[in-house]
Amino acid sequence: MYEYISGIITFSLIFVIATVGLAVFTGFTGLFSLGHAAFIAIGAYTSGILTYFYNLNFWLALIAGGIVAGAAAIVIGYPTLKAKLRSDYFAIATLGFGEAVRVLLENLDITQGARGLPGIALETTLPTVLAITVMTVCAAWNFINSRYGRAAVAVREDFTAAEMMGIDLFAVRMRSLVFSAVTAGIAGGLFAHYVSFIQPAMFTAALSTQLTAGVVAGGMGSISGPALAAIIFVAVPELLRVASMWRLVAYGFLLVVIMVYRPQGLFGYQELSGTFFRNYWQKIKTGYGTKP
Amino acid sequence: MLELQQVSKLFGGISACHDVSFIVQPRQIAGLIGPNGAGKTTIFNLITGVYAPSGGTIRFQGRDIAGMRPDRIVDAGIARTFQNIRLFPKLSVLTNVCIAVDNKVRYGLYAALLRLPAVTVQEKKTRERAMEYLAVVGLDGQADLRAENLPYGLQRKLEIARALALEPRLLLLDEPAAGMNPEESIELAALIRSIYEKFELTILLIEHHMDVVMELCQNIVVLNFGKKLAEGTPEAIQTNPEVLRAYLGEGYKRARN
Amino acid sequence: MFIQTLITGLAIGGIYALMAVGYSLVFSVLNFSNFAYGSIIMLGAYIGYYSLTQLGLPVPLAVLGSILGAAFLAYLNEKLAYSTLRKRNASSLFFMISAMGTAIFLENLVYATIGSRFYAFPEVLTRDNITIFGTSMGMLDVFAIVFSFIAIYALHYFLQNTKLGIAIRAASYDAQVSQLNGVNINKLVSLVFVLAGALAGISGVFLGMKYMVYPTMGWITNKAYIAAVIGGLGSLPGAVAGGLILGVLETFVSAYVSSVIRDVFSFSLLIVLLLILPAGLFGKYLEEKV
Repeated sequence: MYEYISGIITFSLIFVIATVGLAVFTGFTGLFSLGHAAFIAIGAYTSGILTYFYNLNFWLALIAGGIVAGAAAIVIGYPTLKAKLRSDYFAIATLGFGEAVRVLLENLDITQGARGLPGIALETTLPTVLAITVMTVCAAWNFINSRYGRAAVAVREDFTAAEMMGIDLFAVRMRSLVFSAVTAGIAGGLFAHYVSFIQPAMFTAALSTQLTAGVVAGGMGSISGPALAAIIFVAVPELLRVASMWRLVAYGFLLVVIMVYRPQGLFGYQELSGTFFRNYWQKIKTGYGTKP
Repeated sequence: MLELQQVSKLFGGISACHDVSFIVQPRQIAGLIGPNGAGKTTIFNLITGVYAPSGGTIRFQGRDIAGMRPDRIVDAGIARTFQNIRLFPKLSVLTNVCIAVDNKVRYGLYAALLRLPAVTVQEKKTRERAMEYLAVVGLDGQADLRAENLPYGLQRKLEIARALALEPRLLLLDEPAAGMNPEESIELAALIRSIYEKFELTILLIEHHMDVVMELCQNIVVLNFGKKLAEGTPEAIQTNPEVLRAYLGEGYKRARN
Repeated sequence: MFIQTLITGLAIGGIYALMAVGYSLVFSVLNFSNFAYGSIIMLGAYIGYYSLTQLGLPVPLAVLGSILGAAFLAYLNEKLAYSTLRKRNASSLFFMISAMGTAIFLENLVYATIGSRFYAFPEVLTRDNITIFGTSMGMLDVFAIVFSFIAIYALHYFLQNTKLGIAIRAASYDAQVSQLNGVNINKLVSLVFVLAGALAGISGVFLGMKYMVYPTMGWITNKAYIAAVIGGLGSLPGAVAGGLILGVLETFVSAYVSSVIRDVFSFSLLIVLLLILPAGLFGKYLEEKV
């Protein structure tokens, strides 16, 4: 029983790390990534290969996974973010990127193709994941509450005005993308050393969708909202033992419903805090929907 | 200070401004006036790098800035406000100014991620500096309000505070008195004069309120249909027949005869 | 070999073009990427498949069934997932997320109910080959090329010469101004989705015939999105050119280099193109409206 519960918690927290990373990107720059699973895959494979074939230390492998994922983000981000293109260009490029990475993983020798990499050392423990989760959330929190985070928000709100504030649009978007890719890469490394077997089919668009759904449902412009949503999204279906396709049916439905009825998500543009609950309680007391 | 030479801008074959040349001297308050659609805001957009000119050169302190990236132009020392206010409406008044102050403090990304003590110190300084700029325009009491909740006139002042926080040498004001009554616009003119003195600025402003223009400007450039129509002192412009015709139409001539 | 590859490339390119046009049409009016388009194509393919096998309809009626069915589904898609956002004047990011949600929902709903099995279309055309100038080519390929072009040309004619078509083009320039001129935007948007849906139905049937019918077949539309970006987002001639270029180049890469790197090639092409020609071949929607 303890194994089962700690397994679910570990798994949820790995998701929290990746989702918080994506929240810093999508939630704070307003750009939409449809291929984030690729960064997780890159991190998983890089670290998995390093520990499996080269007996590298787990922690170093984890960092390497993050770095390679970050480098991939620069490769994809440079052409799509440099030329002030619409966000659609970026979304489509990430879509293609996700597929391309999967095809590469299926056909490279070092990744052992579609068969996958079995027997990766089981290094990821609950305390490890917990520590990295705390570090990620702190880093994300520090990032968005620094001048870098403010610049990102300015770009999201009005990029022309942001440029007139001396903000380099490209640098802001690139920084957030690299941050989210590095966290996704680290989450991938943790994942690989938790399940011990990885194959390309694990890193499909469905995974990207789950991450995005977490950020959107948790609320754009928030860190704690998506973190909470990530836990719910992993733990609830796991506990209820819902088949994965029905899970995805629900995610898809949820995304549409949220966009139609509550686009700010659970905690859009705010954080879970004492004030939040006080305000919420006030709202309930004074009658829902009436503005002060 | 600022020198435009035969600057032109075409939008898909339509000429928004054509061979416009003028000079703004250091420590001058210059005015850019003209009927609606004369290309005044286009000139601002060209100076601040929103558009690259189709032809001509724009020199700022001897350096050609035409077609440079907007953020680089800000770094070079030019700040602006917008005709249709462009604050960050969902952010607080203070944060709006902090974003501009941030441009002058450069702590590193890693320091920010780890939130080193230096970052905390710098953040405190940033907020203090932002409050100082808010105090200049008299908005320090409303620092925690969301920008969109400010009354219209105060939003314009917030835009000015935000532009000042970029520590510019040249400040471009795009219709700062738009939508204000005569009393408010006189008050605004006084504010502009005071920041001009306090920050030793050079100012170029677009304005329709002639009392504001005549009160502040030492030199006025008149645009019409994307071309420069006239340039001179307020007195000269007021009596320039070309300018009067552009503003009042052909009827003016007949009335005078 | 060369000519044959070219014909196959054009056939695939024709289908890409068809899909890219449907996607671009929606983009040009509503200014967002309708990522649900692939799942409408997939449902169109299923409708075609069941009309042929279960209902035993003749081919033309089955194709018509796909067209009508997909058009109706596209209409529903707009009403349920986008119309509220449109009224709220939401940013294109929200539309995109809603579209993505629709795609995930439909795809997995089919997966969960019908199953992940691949169904082959009954062989109505595929068996025959025709020989022109000594080159043997698949009947299906020829048919796909011809039919794609008829459909695209019909759409072009409609947009250029009918009152409604002109209204759609006007709305693609500025929806608000069109509304001021008395155009009923709601009806117009529905019409755009119905047209795009009809193209999706045709594409679905061809994709089903060429490959198979399965829940994730909508992902082939990724290629249509890439084609649309190559051509320049929102431009219909761009979508056609982008589709053909991508289809032909891809087929040559699979034939002469390796079929494995085909998808990697498409993606690399996109990246290289964005570097040298950010707006695509006929681009007009470069920057976001603010």
